[in-house]
Amino acid sequence: MFKTVEIHFPSDPELLSVMRAAVAKVCHIAGFSKKMTSKIVLALDEACSNIIRHTYKGEIDQEIKIISRIKPTKLEFYLLDQGDPVDSTKIKSRELHDVRPGGLGVYLIKSVMDEVKWEKGSDNGNRLYMYKTRPKRRQSES
Amino acid sequence: MNLEINKKINGKNAFLTIHGEVDMYSSPLLRKEVMKIANQKIENILIDLQDVNYMDSSGVATLIEGLQLCKKYGGTILLAGMQDNVREVFELTRLDKIFKIYNNVTTAKAELQK
Repeated sequence: MFKTVEIHFPSDPELLSVMRAAVAKVCHIAGFSKKMTSKIVLALDEACSNIIRHTYKGEIDQEIKIISRIKPTKLEFYLLDQGDPVDSTKIKSRELHDVRPGGLGVYLIKSVMDEVKWEKGSDNGNRLYMYKTRPKRRQSES
Repeated sequence: MNLEINKKINGKNAFLTIHGEVDMYSSPLLRKEVMKIANQKIENILIDLQDVNYMDSSGVATLIEGLQLCKKYGGTILLAGMQDNVREVFELTRLDKIFKIYNNVTTAKAELQK
């Protein structure tokens, strides 16, 4: 058994703060420290911002769905959108020595999460899967 | 808007005090203010971040853009009072090596008076 929380929200940047608050609560329940919760929230925020910016091209009324699952050993996230398929081979982090505005979101997501996978959605759109291993002392509690 | 910016210009120094969260929604406002000051070729832009409880890569990108513009005319950006989670973003992206970062505004202002 695992606990599942689904968050649905329109692709409106103003609502990202609402998503962050909800994800922070899920991280807290999964037993993450305040510091790690901030990092996971950042990863989710970067992923949603990328969906808004690149997949939905700034349209604010498209759906973003986040499914989070608190499993015994890890906290999983699925981010689903209904946009045009994204070529996952083209999603790359930029080199950090190349100091310029932009391009840091994917780097931040990958540096925080234990695994990150961009996939085709089951119906249409895209699905981003990622997880973070839960702190050991809390793994047996759910 | 979940971001508030107060601005004061005093000769060759500009002081920006930011309150709130810097994300994809609010970073255009920060960009507008930073660029406005940089376009006046103010030598030092001191940004007080102690009341910023969140910053994502769009906020960081805005500050990089501002710093690059400042450097073109010999200016700089000083960042002061970062909360731990904001500092974490700069450390993860190794931008803590690029910006002048101070623990608080008092220390940063002392640097300006040297």
